[in-house]
Amino acid sequence: MYMRPESLENVRTHYCAGCGHGIIHKLLAECLDELEIRQNTILVAPVGCAVLAYKYINVDGLEAAHGRAPAVATGLKRARPENIVISYQGDGDLLAIGAGETLHTANRGENLTVIFVNNAIYGMTGGQMAPTTLEGQKTLTSPYGRNAAEVGFPIRACEMLDTLEAPAYIERTSVHNPGAVRKTKKAIRKALEYQISGAGYSFVEVLSMCPTNWGVDPVTGASWVKDAMIPWFPLKKFRDRPAENAEKEAS
Amino acid sequence: MMKPTEEIVISGFGGQGVLLAGKLLCIAAMRGGRHVSHIPSYGAEMRGGTANCSVVISDEPVASPVVEHPGVVIALNEPSVAKFEPKMRPGGLLIWNSSLVKTPPTRQDLQIVDLDATGISLEEGTERGANMAALGALIALREGFLSLEALDEALDEAVSARNRERNPVNRRILRAGYSAASAA
Amino acid sequence: MSKKTVLMKGNEALAEAALIAGCRHYFAYPITPQNEIPAYMAKRMPELGGVFLQAESELAAINMVMGAAAGGARTMTSSSSPGMALKQEGISYISGAELPCVLVNVMRGGPGLGGIAGAQGDYFQATRGGGNGDYRNIVLAPGNAQELADFTVDAFDLADEYRIPVMILADGFLGQMSEAVVLPEPTGKTFEKDWALTGAKDRNKRLVASLRLAEGSLEAHNLHLQKKYDSITQALRRFETYKTDDADYVLVAYGTSARISRQAVDRLREAGVKAGLFRPTSLWPFPDKELHELARKAKRILTVEMSLGQMVEDVRLAVEGRCPVEFHGRAGGALPALDDVIETVMRFEREEVTHVHAS
Repeated sequence: MYMRPESLENVRTHYCAGCGHGIIHKLLAECLDELEIRQNTILVAPVGCAVLAYKYINVDGLEAAHGRAPAVATGLKRARPENIVISYQGDGDLLAIGAGETLHTANRGENLTVIFVNNAIYGMTGGQMAPTTLEGQKTLTSPYGRNAAEVGFPIRACEMLDTLEAPAYIERTSVHNPGAVRKTKKAIRKALEYQISGAGYSFVEVLSMCPTNWGVDPVTGASWVKDAMIPWFPLKKFRDRPAENAEKEAS
Repeated sequence: MMKPTEEIVISGFGGQGVLLAGKLLCIAAMRGGRHVSHIPSYGAEMRGGTANCSVVISDEPVASPVVEHPGVVIALNEPSVAKFEPKMRPGGLLIWNSSLVKTPPTRQDLQIVDLDATGISLEEGTERGANMAALGALIALREGFLSLEALDEALDEAVSARNRERNPVNRRILRAGYSAASAA
Repeated sequence: MSKKTVLMKGNEALAEAALIAGCRHYFAYPITPQNEIPAYMAKRMPELGGVFLQAESELAAINMVMGAAAGGARTMTSSSSPGMALKQEGISYISGAELPCVLVNVMRGGPGLGGIAGAQGDYFQATRGGGNGDYRNIVLAPGNAQELADFTVDAFDLADEYRIPVMILADGFLGQMSEAVVLPEPTGKTFEKDWALTGAKDRNKRLVASLRLAEGSLEAHNLHLQKKYDSITQALRRFETYKTDDADYVLVAYGTSARISRQAVDRLREAGVKAGLFRPTSLWPFPDKELHELARKAKRILTVEMSLGQMVEDVRLAVEGRCPVEFHGRAGGALPALDDVIETVMRFEREEVTHVHAS
């Protein structure tokens, strides 16, 4: 049975058919409800398709410049440590124009949560190559397919952040099927719980669909995540410091 | 009666207390009710071997803090003499550290005073007090400018609590410099 | 002088003043010649339970300021010219979102990496806005260490009152120079921040953003901003005059240039030339009406800058042709020489005399 979480606004979104953002918004809203933190949460929205995320999630919202969401979130969290701060970003925002902010916010171990929606393409601007566009993938700005020799390979955010000492929690999930959706919700919830407990920086990368800009139907979009994206971006819990520490203490 | 505006450059290498010497002059003069400014050379220049600061002490508000043509130069090392002697105003006072400078200044239109500044400091067991010896000499040579007592007080104000225990030594070096210049 | 007078470096006087004003969130990236500010904050903030954070970039620093300001904090960043250029994106967003904050530019010579000596080449950037869109920031121009402190305390109140970034536009000489300072007292003013993001507890959610896509809403927002800028222009044109009452020649200068110009006025008066100084202490809004009044009585105006002519454009706009506006400037970290300024005005005097004889 479908129930609208209290943290989700009862409005039509601007997202396209088959887009993953709507699913991820709902998962986030459910977590806010379940953890009873809606009234304490501030959402930092990026530039990109999720620029209007603050219209759909019923919490205080702050809009950041392109790529700067982690820096804005840092300033906000430092000023209001008692609030839950979430930076919701896409692949262009997080890994291209905002790669520096991403890296350093993680490296400082800021006690906030980053939700990274990776759909391997720029959606808002109409389908250009992203830092996570796969080799050979055709986009408006890689019309002959991404040529790694020329523009490099798709960047793996989780693996990169996993080299840092500070982050508490890093996981990559997906929303291409119901099982994956459930795991994504679990990961988002865990990330928020860690922020609540003050464990530090938590990062959830969600592989998502963009059928419109991939030029496929929604069903094909979901299977492309599985067949093309997951082999390059493996679904995995890279880091769970609090759990690892608890285990160590127990043994 | 207005006192003349003093435009002073203090120059040496890092560790000779060039900036502190300038600050002491400023604090002492400021307590005497005069307008003061102190500006160090900064940035890349600081890494080139010489450190210097410009000090202006005046009865009117200080215009530019940067002294282009100093009336007083305290040169604690060789490069400082080479750099500032040519820039000095005719009639200016150049106190140079004869303990370290091998090439004495030569201009005929300046009051040139050699001071064994590092030597005087070493007699108190430290080579870091050449700045104090030179300040003492400046007080002796510039009548009516500042008193030794004013500098004594400035020392307590300028130096961090941690370093204040060295002030008795600093005051003795200050006076030794004063005597050396008075005798000359 | 009272015992409370202390010898302080301009940068440090400014930093301490920010703390006095209640700033507890400071974010910056190192750049000469303002490095004493982050160093001072790094030392003092932990003592006060505040936040000093060395950002990974100028962009990150200004955006951290945006985040802290959105949370209702009194917050500041400081930089110097090339770093300030990098911050412009954030300043535009902060302006669009109407957040209060204090920005400090201790200017150095440009363009590009330029040099590290003080300059005034960022006047356009500061007063016109280097970022995109129709926005203005209040720009205050201190002329000594005392004003660096006083204007900074004031800047925090102005920022909160008008929900606008307030910039302290200083230069490397002012930042590096030590002078006598009496540290200001806190003003005690408080401001209700009913827009700050604190979590939507027992109230509707709030949004701090600059994006406005609905038809007409962006123009409406711009008109709202303009109305605010108009009221600031009415309320806040600041300046100081020196011997201008009977002046034939009015020098116009701010910051370090004004210090030199003031002394030039004294020397010119000693030589029997009626000179005066008009020193804007707010560069935006520019005190145009007041300068216009002086121009009606003056024979000529001389703008003196540590640039090759930026503020002079505002001077010409203010004077509206009432008298000739001349310019003397030095660039790339050089200071206007006192003798050059004096000689320029002396030349005016000679030309005026010749002119009178010829006519």
